[in-house]
Amino acid sequence: MALLSKKDANLILDPLADNNPITIQVLGICSALAITAELKASIVMALSVVFVLGLGNVVISMMRNIIPSKIRIIVQLVVVAALVIIVDQVLKAFAYELSKTLAVFVGLIITNCIIMGRFEAFALGNGVWRSFLDGIGNAAGYGLILIIVGFFRELLGSGTLLGFQVLGDPIAKTGLYSIGYENNGFMLLSPMALIVVGLLIWVQRSRNKDLIEEN
Amino acid sequence: MNKENNLYTVLFASLMVVVVGSILAYLASALSGRIKENERFEKQQNILYAMGVNENEDEGSVNFIPTDRVEQEFSSYITEQLVIEGDKITKDDQAYLIDIKKQLDLLKNGETPKLPVFVGEKDGETYYIIPMYGKGLWDAIWGFMALDKNMTVKGVYFDHKGETPGLGANIKQRYFMDDFSGETILNGDRYAGINVAKGNNDPLNDIKDDNEVDALAGATITGNGVSSMISTTVNLYKDYFESLRNKG
Repeated sequence: MALLSKKDANLILDPLADNNPITIQVLGICSALAITAELKASIVMALSVVFVLGLGNVVISMMRNIIPSKIRIIVQLVVVAALVIIVDQVLKAFAYELSKTLAVFVGLIITNCIIMGRFEAFALGNGVWRSFLDGIGNAAGYGLILIIVGFFRELLGSGTLLGFQVLGDPIAKTGLYSIGYENNGFMLLSPMALIVVGLLIWVQRSRNKDLIEEN
Repeated sequence: MNKENNLYTVLFASLMVVVVGSILAYLASALSGRIKENERFEKQQNILYAMGVNENEDEGSVNFIPTDRVEQEFSSYITEQLVIEGDKITKDDQAYLIDIKKQLDLLKNGETPKLPVFVGEKDGETYYIIPMYGKGLWDAIWGFMALDKNMTVKGVYFDHKGETPGLGANIKQRYFMDDFSGETILNGDRYAGINVAKGNNDPLNDIKDDNEVDALAGATITGNGVSSMISTTVNLYKDYFESLRNKG
């Protein structure tokens, strides 16, 4: 990649796979469980987090030399909360429909541990450009898992993808339903999100044995 | 300057609060006009949606009248906006701006609430549209219900603040809202409302006089919230409905 040095590119690529915030660091699980019942919600959440984490990392990194370490967590919280509120207000004024879809996530973004985690672990100690890449990379890694989980939960739970009935109509019994297939309503409940994430963790670690922790 | 001394910390915190506070306050006041307007349009869209004025294309879509036309359509379809306050019924062109939640709070404190009714006219038929407000699993749910003078539901619109996506949030899906059309809120002479029922053995909703619609799987509490929202609201408007029915 000509645009980014190899080190910089890794900031984006690592969190997508071998240092994924959800499957490796096990951060941000709460929102991953809460909103992945639908693919659309997963995508919206992923994009919101990319935006907030990318921008938040930049802000924190710019302020890193003047933040008193005693109150740094509060400062980080204020930055996330302010960013999220600004985004929410601007959307309410200029993209009202979208803001209604996002309303559910505002609280979840502020409390997302990945955001605080990256501020604390990366942005406070690194330059602006690298922090930006790190933010985008980690949010993308988080979003990737969200979208995978959302895909399976919506497909198996409701038989739809992004609201389209891809497996046929369950009430009129067309498509797959005509041969006796049934939606698994359990997929829509949070426990199955945990199990799907667990399966992803298993798949990833069995493909790359280096990732298995030693006890 | 020493970054770790208390004076610096306090100064930094105060400055940050002032800066962030002013940015947010400025933004809120600068955008509040547009936000209010959006909310107004949304209410008009929802009311029109309940009476079947919308741009739905196929079986799954929920498309409102676009915002640039909604004001005009609203004034042409809604012929009268009434406010019921105790026994008094007055006309009020701004009735749709009444915050039903505040009015229900008044009721709780023993005061007389202002209850809006929107009278709509479409294809020679008269619709009476009432706002509803209640509680789902996580947060508020609300909506509008259009009735004819025989208390048959002509259409509904539901919305929610934070119900679970894929479960309770589906109350605003077509397949749920459409089930209400044709149901009656009367059971004999009693204002029974409409129950979101789990075991009504009528998934295609062919039986229209059972005061029941089929529930959403996995959304029991949201469904119960919808049931109780409808029955509470319907009972608030009982006297007005009674007068409509007696008018014949």
